[in-house]
Amino acid sequence: MTLYGRRRANNALYLALSWMATGIGLAILFLILWTLVRNGIPALRFGIFVENTPPPGSRGGLGNAIYGSVVMTAIATLVGTPVGVLTGTYLAEFGGASRVASAVRFINDVLLSAPSIIIGLFVYGLLVVPLHHFSAWAGSVALAIIVVPVVVRTTEDMLRLVPATLREAAVALGAPQWKVIVLVTYRAALQGMLTGVMLAVARIAGETAPLLFTSLNNQFWSVNMNAPMANLPVVIFQFALSPYADWQELAWGGAMLITLTILLLNILARALASWSNHTS
Amino acid sequence: MGVSLSVPTRRRIDRQRLLDAAFRATTQSFALGVLVLLGGIMVALAAGALPVFRKFGWGFLTSEAWNPVKENFGAWPAIYGTLMTSLIAMLIGIPLALGIAVFLTELCPPIMRRPIGTLIELLAAIPSIIYGIWGLFVLAPFLQLTVQPALVSTLGELPIIGALFAGPPLGLGVLTAGVILGFMVLPFIASVMRDVFATVPPMLRESAYGVGATTAEVVRHIVLPYTRVGVIGGIMLGLGRALGETMAVTFVIGNAHRVKTSLLAPGTTISATLANEFTEAVGDLYTSALFALGFILFVITFIVLAAAKLMLLRLEQRAAK
Repeated sequence: MTLYGRRRANNALYLALSWMATGIGLAILFLILWTLVRNGIPALRFGIFVENTPPPGSRGGLGNAIYGSVVMTAIATLVGTPVGVLTGTYLAEFGGASRVASAVRFINDVLLSAPSIIIGLFVYGLLVVPLHHFSAWAGSVALAIIVVPVVVRTTEDMLRLVPATLREAAVALGAPQWKVIVLVTYRAALQGMLTGVMLAVARIAGETAPLLFTSLNNQFWSVNMNAPMANLPVVIFQFALSPYADWQELAWGGAMLITLTILLLNILARALASWSNHTS
Repeated sequence: MGVSLSVPTRRRIDRQRLLDAAFRATTQSFALGVLVLLGGIMVALAAGALPVFRKFGWGFLTSEAWNPVKENFGAWPAIYGTLMTSLIAMLIGIPLALGIAVFLTELCPPIMRRPIGTLIELLAAIPSIIYGIWGLFVLAPFLQLTVQPALVSTLGELPIIGALFAGPPLGLGVLTAGVILGFMVLPFIASVMRDVFATVPPMLRESAYGVGATTAEVVRHIVLPYTRVGVIGGIMLGLGRALGETMAVTFVIGNAHRVKTSLLAPGTTISATLANEFTEAVGDLYTSALFALGFILFVITFIVLAAAKLMLLRLEQRAAK
């Protein structure tokens, strides 16, 4: 074979492998979704949203777990978002390249990928041990700690995208800096910051590990934030590994619900981000 | 001062200055909170781990014992499992991610670039527990019936490396956990690679094509050398994820505190041990042993993630120049 022929053959091989890798990646996504839908659909009936998690062998739903997940996710988002936004504001507007800001940025990026089970362990030591009981508050705090780095990152990135001329115009009118940031910069970056919050919600909605030793689980309907609270991920964990067919079916139902919710949130967040890029 | 301000105006200006300072101080204190958080995590884990390190010393890291009844604990099986599953994950994830990144930057028709890129990124959005349940019910049986018997009868027959593929194909074990982890970290590595590939100046790329290089040669000799630091950073980021991944591994690894040469045998990882045993741990020393595992995991992932971040920063600075 000529050198040219060999190079072309080599190239064709590499490109084929590259196509194949992409095919495998997409195949995994569709296989997972297909498995979820196939096993999850039979579990879907109205009762799954209102009935509580059953003992093995009887009918039931995921009502208490769905409630727990929604409540803890909401509280975590409400607590984590302001912290994240303020930190992100400092990094983008005040910190600049100072040593403190660089350190915070660096640590934040590490926390962004830190194992979530470690966060659970930390909150266990921080809240569960001193208070002597598992609680939904502890679960919410663990999730909030995961929200913060996500929101910090997107807030800083989005604030940096706001053109300096916009800020200068406001300053030239005599506005104090805090007014410039709150009334002008935030408003210009709002869609992007919202995207970050949605991504953070999507991230914590499926988190299991940090809830295992904070919120634990609860077989019954409970609205007491000081007591263990059921939540979808931990119920899925427990039910999927159980030997009971009806529990496994509920686990699949829950898995499908949670995945579709998260994928929808992700797609919406992306749509919002690209829409705001077009308008600004 | 040429301009004299009336007293009310001056007062209003002073108030705004005060508000400015307060706003700045508030944001700064929250930012410092992030540093405190990291310190708090370190201290909490270290404090929890202290009794075990006091009792067993450095031997805790290398001991293979795990006997809650006799309160004799060692971290080695969990550390070994963590490193081994992550190694397998990297062997699977890196080539796939590289292929996908090359596809997205060099081969993909421009209109398909965004949709396919988004779909790959959605892989990263699927929660760990979903990978776990899928791994347990779909991937593990598949590997058990097809891939593992094939491995046993081919690679398993070879001298030295045969030991890695010995024993019955159980489906659940270190290999399956590694494969699942590989799939999970793939989107993280792929998206970093795609982003750093995009930083290659078009001039360089086009010059190479101009002198007749094939796509494979451009990637191999232009793109990869130029983005080497970033690519390694992306790989380290994926590694950091793989090391700490919990739920997916917990479902498929089989949870056995043993160090077996065979990859087909069940094992455990630090995170899987925590997920499985923490709420059942009775006795202070048992809990402390689990805290110690958590501390070790946090130190390992912190080092890996910090290295990843430093490498990506270096590339960013170069791109900014």
